[in-house]
Amino acid sequence: MKRILKNRLFWPVLALVALIVINTIARPSFISITVQGGQLYGPLIDILRNSAPLMLVALGMTIVIATRGIDLSVGAVMAVSGAVALTIIEGSSDPNGLGTVLVAIVVGVLVALVLGVWNGFLVAVVGIQPIIATLVLMLAGRGIALLITGGFITTINSEPYKFMAQGYVLGLPFALYVSMAAVVVVALLERRTALGVLTEAVGINPEASRLAGVRSRGIIWGAYAASGLLAGLAGILYSSNIMAADANAAGLYIELDAILAVVLGGTSLMGGKFSLAGTVVGVFTIQTLKSTITFLGVPPAVSPLFLAIVVVIVVLVQSPRLRSVLARASQALRPRNSSPQGGSEVAS
Amino acid sequence: MVPVSDDARPVVEVTGATVRFLAETALDGVDFRMFPGEVHSLMGENGAGKSTLIKGLTGALRLDAGDIVLDGEPVHFGSPADAQRAGIRTVYQEIDLLPNLSVAENILLGREPRRWGAIDWKAMRREAAAVLGELGLDVDPASTLSSHSLAIQQLIAIARAISADVKVLVLDEPTSSLDLDEVAELFRVIRELKERGVAILFVSHFLDQVYEICDRVTVLRGGKLVGEYLTRELLRIDLVQKMLGRSADELVVRPRSEPVESGEEAMLDVRGLGRGRLEGVDLVLAEGEVLGLAGLLGSGRTEVARLLTGIDRPDDGTIALDGVVISPRNPRRAIGYGLTYSSENRRTEGIIGELTVRENITLALQAQRGIFRRMRHSRQKELAASWIEALGIRPSSTEQLAGTLSGGNQQKVLLARLLALAPRILVLDEPTRGIDIGAKVEVQRLVGELADNGMSVVFISAELEEVLRVSSRITLLRDGRAVATLQSDALTVDSLLAMIAQPDDGE
Amino acid sequence: MTGIPVTVERASASGALRRFFSRRASWIPVLAALAILIVMFIGAQAYFGNFLTPRVISSLLLDNAYLLILAVGMTFVILTGGIDLSVGAVMAFTGMLGASLLRDGLPVGVVVPVMLLIGAAMGLAVGIMVQYFDVQPFIASLAAMFAARGLAFMVSLSSIRVEDPAILWLQSTRIQAAPGSWFITPTGILAILVVIVGALLLAYTRFGRTIYAIGGNEQSARLMGLPVVRTKLLAYVVSGVCAGLAGVVFTAYTGASYPLNGIGTELDTIAAVVIGGTLLTGGSGYVLGSMIGVLVYGSIKTVISFLGAEQSWTRITIGALLLLFVVVQRIIVARSSRR
Repeated sequence: MKRILKNRLFWPVLALVALIVINTIARPSFISITVQGGQLYGPLIDILRNSAPLMLVALGMTIVIATRGIDLSVGAVMAVSGAVALTIIEGSSDPNGLGTVLVAIVVGVLVALVLGVWNGFLVAVVGIQPIIATLVLMLAGRGIALLITGGFITTINSEPYKFMAQGYVLGLPFALYVSMAAVVVVALLERRTALGVLTEAVGINPEASRLAGVRSRGIIWGAYAASGLLAGLAGILYSSNIMAADANAAGLYIELDAILAVVLGGTSLMGGKFSLAGTVVGVFTIQTLKSTITFLGVPPAVSPLFLAIVVVIVVLVQSPRLRSVLARASQALRPRNSSPQGGSEVAS
Repeated sequence: MVPVSDDARPVVEVTGATVRFLAETALDGVDFRMFPGEVHSLMGENGAGKSTLIKGLTGALRLDAGDIVLDGEPVHFGSPADAQRAGIRTVYQEIDLLPNLSVAENILLGREPRRWGAIDWKAMRREAAAVLGELGLDVDPASTLSSHSLAIQQLIAIARAISADVKVLVLDEPTSSLDLDEVAELFRVIRELKERGVAILFVSHFLDQVYEICDRVTVLRGGKLVGEYLTRELLRIDLVQKMLGRSADELVVRPRSEPVESGEEAMLDVRGLGRGRLEGVDLVLAEGEVLGLAGLLGSGRTEVARLLTGIDRPDDGTIALDGVVISPRNPRRAIGYGLTYSSENRRTEGIIGELTVRENITLALQAQRGIFRRMRHSRQKELAASWIEALGIRPSSTEQLAGTLSGGNQQKVLLARLLALAPRILVLDEPTRGIDIGAKVEVQRLVGELADNGMSVVFISAELEEVLRVSSRITLLRDGRAVATLQSDALTVDSLLAMIAQPDDGE
Repeated sequence: MTGIPVTVERASASGALRRFFSRRASWIPVLAALAILIVMFIGAQAYFGNFLTPRVISSLLLDNAYLLILAVGMTFVILTGGIDLSVGAVMAFTGMLGASLLRDGLPVGVVVPVMLLIGAAMGLAVGIMVQYFDVQPFIASLAAMFAARGLAFMVSLSSIRVEDPAILWLQSTRIQAAPGSWFITPTGILAILVVIVGALLLAYTRFGRTIYAIGGNEQSARLMGLPVVRTKLLAYVVSGVCAGLAGVVFTAYTGASYPLNGIGTELDTIAAVVIGGTLLTGGSGYVLGSMIGVLVYGSIKTVISFLGAEQSWTRITIGALLLLFVVVQRIIVARSSRR
């Protein structure tokens, strides 16, 4: 019991389960899944599908945060990659051709990768604080996206492109496969290789890591590049969902949602130890919360208020001070304290 | 207890001080007192309760039991501010000033002179200059603190401490980053304060300094009081024995094997190394040899170590390994050549505090193997456990977070990280700084053993006695130049000191 | 060996220079920002021929008064090493609340203090989270930003016109400031007053110096017995009050309140403060610098509208300028640490 309570995933999972339970009590249809034409539908499926862009962005954000950094530019990068892809499709003679769409996607994601590499260059090589380095692109990125689309909201008709966000494969949304594939690839890269622990080392103590022979620069650079790439993919999914490149609205505030997802998942913004599983739970929590708010009939515009309340609760629950106060209170209630806990947990 | 010859009553008296952390008793009924105008040293190994007692005395920590009487009045300190108001002021090891503010503010902030409710900058500078003048320091009060050297900053910290009404001044390891001249300057200031009747608590690892400046010593061990002694009546060997609680014979390091004589080919040959103030440094290191680097702080000791191991890049000079010129452009490449470095700054450049001992020990090896050749968990555990055993790291758990270990054990973890690389050359920069005497002796012995097994070691320490004991040859650095290399058998601490202090003829 | 040579050279020119560096190094980034502003003014004048006119320069202050007020508050927070992302949203929320209260017939003498109080309360909430619960400023102010944005929409989903004469007077009055068509509005006077008060607070009060002390080293500031807790809370309150005041000014500027007002303003504010020479790590910077930063921002906007180019260039230029500044700051810091 104690070990479960001490597990870093305990609170995030509890929050998610509680949200699902509350939703189910409020409307039993919440957990119902219907099959129509071999495809699954239902609020839970929607949550899985809609969470895909946030999942991609949050994965990249987790790694960047683990290096003691932050990537504020993800939303702007999303806008750029969507703008690039849609502009290519719009300009092509064959918007429905698979080749055209593939080229558009690849180029869009590559441009995002370049932007990520640029961020990484500023942070790892020039040595600028991550908040500022990525703020540059956060400010300029949307301007660039607007220039690409010529200041308009580019809309297209392209079935293959639409499939990215709205298609189904084997009964499940294609976007879900994309985000799950990203989770698996990132998890394998971080935890089946030594990248994860080296990233944590760099995040906790960059100079000590460098002296130990860790390629700190490369690891930090790579984290931003990965974040850019994943944000680019998220931008493709987003623009495919609305079939438009809206430089102002694409990925607006997603950097904040992603940071929240990471923090909800138990990864400290101070860098170091990170939990990809926690981030996945965090993303689902945020998406479920958003769907709950919509269900409650609250205008979507007011939903940030609820998000803020959740953030405050979660952050306070994680706050060491509140925890120590609670611990002291519970110790005072107990007649004799049990043996001190032994052994610390091992990172996932 | 030694009878007090002065008829004065103590300025501060602590009785029965007890502090418990959960199950552990850090301080157990300790009595402690200080008289006006004396320099008092608090001695003990790490974990003896020194810092706990200091924290209790300066209000940084609340005593669970015990009383503090200041000038005959019982006092209770809820915070450092309380203690400061009462006249107990502290200068910490890490300078706790504000680098971005002016010297004047650093001295007076908190009691700054005001006019019409606003800070009176002119008066502030004037008052600060007066305080600095009392200490014989010529520092521009309007200059930014960070524009001064660490030594000056330390003296400014003392200026701050004495700028108010001060009865007790606590100096916690004030000399650990000062060179000899600067220590002399500090001692001059301490004597001046002593004249004024300030009681000074001087905490230092350096026995020489304790014997030079202190009138009285209080020794703690394992949270308990061992006794209070007059320095002039206490032999060094007795003091060490009281701190360790064991006979001093155990301290003597076993005799080291004869140094490799010439004829043997030099393994590492460094010529004309230079960067910044460092100029034309030549070094030769044979296999299985311990080479000491001696010199004052700022003489280029650390700089040489960092250039050798790829932490910094040299502007000129060559480094040859086995007769082949190599270029260790970064730590990673240097490690590839078998050149490893343990930094003097354990916390900031050594340990990764929130990773486990296992992860810390395997870090460098893993980094060398590359990202895609991850060591299996069981292999990591095995490797870490074997080093924990070999070096006697306590607690002996592989999954303990490294940041929670004591300084000596952290140093051993660092050594284990380097040794796991099976290096050819180990460059140890102040490996025994800030760790207790027991661990110190263990580290020294370990260095000897490693050398016996064929490893070459470059050993840097501010303690000449230690350098002499550990190394077979010593290269003397002065003002960024290697001035001499000598067999250590031919040297004594005094002769080494004389050479270091020798004025530069500027040839 | 009697003492460490700590001689300060006085007479020589190099001594004077060294003295300047040892005393005033933190003003260099501000001077750099000023240089950029002057270069921009001269360049724009040379290119357009009609840029440096009293009307254009006067409007610079008029159009950016709200940003200037926000930047002053942000400077306090950034100097402590924190950050306040909530300022744009709080400005929108107080603006919406004020407009709706005015519509409901409350007198302006009640509404404006309420707006300032709400701003202060939001700032206090952020400060409490940061100070008492060890929440990172980034996250705490993010929560406040979300909350304020949501609250703004709760007041009304659409924009509310403001017809109160006193509020409109703030903006519509043109006070002739100097011969010619130099003019200043009450909003501009307010903004300038905020700058002056901010600068005086920082330079001449213990509160101000403690702000710098916290940014320099919070632990040391605490050990020095400075009121760290209170000061840090107050820094966020100052920022909140400024956001509330900016709500008043922005409402007057647009003549209406809209819940989407000020989206992205927090970034503009941070950019202006950084361009004005304040280090994001805290401890170094000046309100006066932030004012120059705001003027640089405003000039870029004006130049781009003179060019008739798309306003998306504003953000790109600001981004590039921000980059230039942080790279220069980085070089300065690297230089001084290598010494």
